[in-house]
Amino acid sequence: MAEFKLPANSTVRKDGRLFKAPAEAKNVRVFRIYRYDPDSPENPRMDTYEVDMDSCGPMVLDALIKIKNEIDSTLTFRRSCREGICGSCAMNIDGRNGLACISACADVKNEVRIYPLPHLPVIKDLVPDLTAFYAQYASIKPWLQTRTPAPPDAERLQSKEDQLKVDRPSACILCACCSTSCPSYWWNSDRYLGPAALLAAYRWIVDSRDEASGERLDELMDPFRLYRCHTIMNCTEACPKDLNPAQAIGQIKQMLAHREH
Amino acid sequence: MPVRPRPLSPHLQIYRWQMGSTLSIVHRFTGVGLAAGLLALCYWLIALAADQSAYDCATRLFSSVPGLLMLAAWTFAFFYHLLNGLRHLFWDAGRGYERAQRNGSGWLVVAVSAALSAAIWVLLWHAIRGAP
Repeated sequence: MAEFKLPANSTVRKDGRLFKAPAEAKNVRVFRIYRYDPDSPENPRMDTYEVDMDSCGPMVLDALIKIKNEIDSTLTFRRSCREGICGSCAMNIDGRNGLACISACADVKNEVRIYPLPHLPVIKDLVPDLTAFYAQYASIKPWLQTRTPAPPDAERLQSKEDQLKVDRPSACILCACCSTSCPSYWWNSDRYLGPAALLAAYRWIVDSRDEASGERLDELMDPFRLYRCHTIMNCTEACPKDLNPAQAIGQIKQMLAHREH
Repeated sequence: MPVRPRPLSPHLQIYRWQMGSTLSIVHRFTGVGLAAGLLALCYWLIALAADQSAYDCATRLFSSVPGLLMLAAWTFAFFYHLLNGLRHLFWDAGRGYERAQRNGSGWLVVAVSAALSAAIWVLLWHAIRGAP
């Protein structure tokens, strides 16, 4: 059964710390950031940082790095590529999941509110525990499965048309923005695979070189693993790579329906 | 090793309502509402089959202001759930997943269900006024 409220140890205290901007700053923006310190017995809290945007880059990640470098070095978050390809800095910005590195501060009105990805165990501050998410990805066997022997003198080839089918879904960077935006995943993440893993499953099912499509569909023929998708489409709305997991899930449902008849 | 259970990050509390999630939860609520409405319909049928006083009582209930409001909500729930169900059928047939399509069909469902509900009540109003 869905638990709509946060557990007692997870409610967010409003009495966080305030870091004022320097007095000479003219272009100040307020960042309200979720903080959780695993070494303290206290509940998570919201800290407020006033950032001088005249000496800060345009993206939310720029502001986070500036805060960590210049204001509060204890702020913890994941980041790497700063160009939207590694998926590390996925977080909830202004109520929507996205990558901090390709989200502009200017696109947010008023305060910039930043939380970790929703409905996950928090390790520290903006760093959630993605162990279950990765395990679900592994469970769909995201690799090429074949029965026939490989051609002795060539790779397994496919036509351009067949490549196009896997081209977009292969662009998924596993940032978890989609899965953690999905209310159905919030309530059933222990049994529902979620949009990211299902998009990956779709990518292998439609791959012309893969010879385990039937088994892959068998695995998904389950009231929870696939069919907890209620086409809410927060996933597609959230995807920073502009992919369409909802459509991929719809296609899988269709393939299963066709197979039954 | 965690010393104590990790907190759960905020979800429903902080996630901004999207067009898709809003229409989806309305679909769920209207479905529940229609199931409850079915009970009201059963009550009306039973009253109809019982006797004059039971039927008069039911008529009084349904024509009171709260009763009429409930009937109006029920009409909208009926059309919304029906039309949004059609939207789900299109999705299940693999169509309508692009942003413009899903937002367009969403607004269309809301507008048409409101229009059909209004039309029903205007017709009803005229029928009642026209009756001797």
